[in-house]
Amino acid sequence: MIVRILGEGQFEVAESDRPSLHELETTLDTTIEGDDEAAFTSALAALIAEVRRLGTPLPADSFTSSDRVIPFEDAGLDETKALLSEPGGDDH
Amino acid sequence: MGVMKRMSGILQAKTNKLLDKAEDPRESLDLSYQKLLENLQKVRRSVADVTTAKKRIELQATQLQGQADKLQQQAKDALAQNREDLAREALARRAALAPQLADLQTQHQQVATQEQKLIATAQNLQTQVDAFRTKKETMKATYTAAEAQTKIGEAVSGISESMGDAGMSVQRAQDKIDSMQARAGAMDELLASGALTDLTNPVDDIQAQLDQVSATSTVDADLAALKAELGTAAPAQLGAAEPTVPAPADQGEAPA
Repeated sequence: MIVRILGEGQFEVAESDRPSLHELETTLDTTIEGDDEAAFTSALAALIAEVRRLGTPLPADSFTSSDRVIPFEDAGLDETKALLSEPGGDDH
Repeated sequence: MGVMKRMSGILQAKTNKLLDKAEDPRESLDLSYQKLLENLQKVRRSVADVTTAKKRIELQATQLQGQADKLQQQAKDALAQNREDLAREALARRAALAPQLADLQTQHQQVATQEQKLIATAQNLQTQVDAFRTKKETMKATYTAAEAQTKIGEAVSGISESMGDAGMSVQRAQDKIDSMQARAGAMDELLASGALTDLTNPVDDIQAQLDQVSATSTVDADLAALKAELGTAAPAQLGAAEPTVPAPADQGEAPA
């Protein structure tokens, strides 16, 4: 699957690594729901680090859409919440 | 739904706005390329804006640091003239500048980070522009109409997503600059006319007192020199009272 880190670029992550990312994503979700800035920051950092570790950066000429998108590395909780309330982020 | 999927939906929505709905998929390649070039220009302009904001903060920090250094020097001068009260006052004012300086340093760091990220975004986009320019021609030449529909559609979505990402980066940098501009404006006013400059203005009160002490010392020294001069002419009269050049220079006898 293709994962994009906003402001950084796209990574190809093997399907077999999906559960590992999913776990970190769930943690991140919890911190957003719980409105916990510090926990959010570290959960986001952990997720990004894992994507970088597991994934392979896509070459510049790949021109493909991403399956998953991760907020900017230095995104704040409020900023992320505001972004999530924009069109396209609400529901399925 | 997880945050990564939701973010993907949001980027998709932003991206859809960027997409030109061209009838001919080949035509959409050219349109996308055009958009990509415009996008790159936008990011470059944003880099320039961020750099300007950074320079402004640097200038303010330099001015503020200059004032802090000056107060430090005044404290030293005051101590040298045995005016601990003045030294204390100068140091107190210097300490009051510290939080402002720290704030400027934080802002500088933030804006420098933004600058770096945007430069990286511009570089990535430039690479994509170059790659896309070649690829779109290859695609136009190779694909059959049926293939073109899907493959080109895919490539166009992909490139639009990159533009969407870059657009968000630019917006983000702009927001940061805007909030900083307001603070920078306030700081400029403070530096130009407000409390900060008055503290270390050449004619500020600390300096005025120091100057006075120093002027008094100079007068004393000059007077002593004159007396000494006269003393050589008439040692009997003055020599006894003023055996050497007196040294009240460091003794600060200015009126309180």
